[in-house]
Amino acid sequence: MIETKDILETINMIDNENLDIRTITMGISLIDCIDSDIDKACDKIYDKICRYAKELVKTGENISAEYGIPIINKRIAVTPISIIAGVCQTQKILKFAKTLDKVADTLGVDFIGGYSALVEKGFAAGDYALIESIPEALSLTSKVCSSVNIGSTKAGINMDAVKMMGDTVLKTAQATKDNNCIGAAKLVTFCNAVQDNPFMAGAFHGIGEADCVINVGVSGPGVVRSALSKNKCKDITEVADLVKKTAFKITRMGQLVAKEASSRLSIPFGIVDLSLAPTPAVGDSVAHILEEMGLEICGCHGTTAALALLNDAVKKGGVMASSHVGGLSGAFIPVSEDAGMINAVNRGALDITKLEAMTAVCSVGLDMIVIPGDTTSHTISAIIADEAAIGMVNSKTTAVRVIPAIGKKAGDTLSFGGLLGAGPVMNTRFGSAEKFVNLGGRIPAPLQALKN
Amino acid sequence: MKAVITVLGKDNVGILSKVSTACAEVGVNIIEVTQSVLQDMFAMIMLAEIDKATVPFNEITNRLNKVGDEIGTKIHVMHEDIFNSMHKI
Repeated sequence: MIETKDILETINMIDNENLDIRTITMGISLIDCIDSDIDKACDKIYDKICRYAKELVKTGENISAEYGIPIINKRIAVTPISIIAGVCQTQKILKFAKTLDKVADTLGVDFIGGYSALVEKGFAAGDYALIESIPEALSLTSKVCSSVNIGSTKAGINMDAVKMMGDTVLKTAQATKDNNCIGAAKLVTFCNAVQDNPFMAGAFHGIGEADCVINVGVSGPGVVRSALSKNKCKDITEVADLVKKTAFKITRMGQLVAKEASSRLSIPFGIVDLSLAPTPAVGDSVAHILEEMGLEICGCHGTTAALALLNDAVKKGGVMASSHVGGLSGAFIPVSEDAGMINAVNRGALDITKLEAMTAVCSVGLDMIVIPGDTTSHTISAIIADEAAIGMVNSKTTAVRVIPAIGKKAGDTLSFGGLLGAGPVMNTRFGSAEKFVNLGGRIPAPLQALKN
Repeated sequence: MKAVITVLGKDNVGILSKVSTACAEVGVNIIEVTQSVLQDMFAMIMLAEIDKATVPFNEITNRLNKVGDEIGTKIHVMHEDIFNSMHKI
């Protein structure tokens, strides 16, 4: 029989340490829904998603009940809509966003991602129209998430797109200012975007993917923190080993759920994403893990090193636990979704420059950071360019999800509720990058791109 | 399919009998039981065969949770695979 202590450990992780499966995300290709008539294309999209995902929510709930593990979100990711929209003989493509929102409502999923464009090297048909429609699309819908890839190690950084995205982020926040600027929280600007990411707001179904796949994102910062606090480690090597072992257990659960969901839905299993995703709940914070390693407060000197160790150990532990690892796979540091990060910002220990340094060694990037409402679009573009440069040079994914809090200034708080939490408004650096951003063009791909 | 039923809480008269009665009522066959009482804390773990259960999995969980509420303990019913996959390579 299974050992008593193992059973109790698992139950304790779920009951007291916030262990959960963050998301089962079904990726669906819309390539076969392409039509030059937007109405026909939208009908095909609605029908196809309904047909493939009609059992998704129910299956997720059943697995959750039988295995006793909470599955927080059920989501859908689709082919970047700009590719579908490029064929349509119209520039008015909002109908795609509305169709996605409607299908998400019909199926009861939490989010649908893929209102996206990939423009790292330039704009193709449909890309301009899509990016220009983002502010309105995100203000008129509630479950649609949008992302734009503006750079990659192979292609360099498309500074024209960077400029556009600064403007788009600001306009999206303005369009949703009566609703806590929530639109900007559903918009991610990527460098080196991955094609199989199950996490929102950046999920889309890449064009190299199969017709339909199941991807799973695990969570569990609380479990890692608790393991560190229960076992007093002699040195940092022991800390890394302990994180690895814990990540292994967490990921095994993700692998089990992914396999089970894939077999019940008769859809191929794609990947497990090994990310440590925090939630605003007490005890579910990545910042608190770093503090458990011996930092007085997240953001103090030493934070980047501790985060680098955590990020690496999570991957090493997780990679053996799953047959296919993918997505973003690393520790997330979204400020408004992490009680420890919020505390560190409020106490003045963590600012946007330290966060930028941290993004060089961990997953994703500047995530869920609330900035003053009067921040200019050039400054937002420059933040995006900085972050994209880190991703481009280090051959890793980086992203920017900043929320300009319209009408608020540094020191205020913007509250979204739910998994998105509440974030203190943080100062950006002074000085203008307007001329630099307005130069436009492309930052050439770095030498790292020339591997052949 | 086998499920692991865990009962955790304050020790009480009749816990084992109430839980096993609830299992018997829905055709859940208990294969193995281990239990320990540490001071006042009671921990019982049962391995049960649920293929011949007369009600769906959700209903088994609901009924046992109700029993748990009545006797002041927390009862979990979970597929055994979750423990196997987490703790065995």
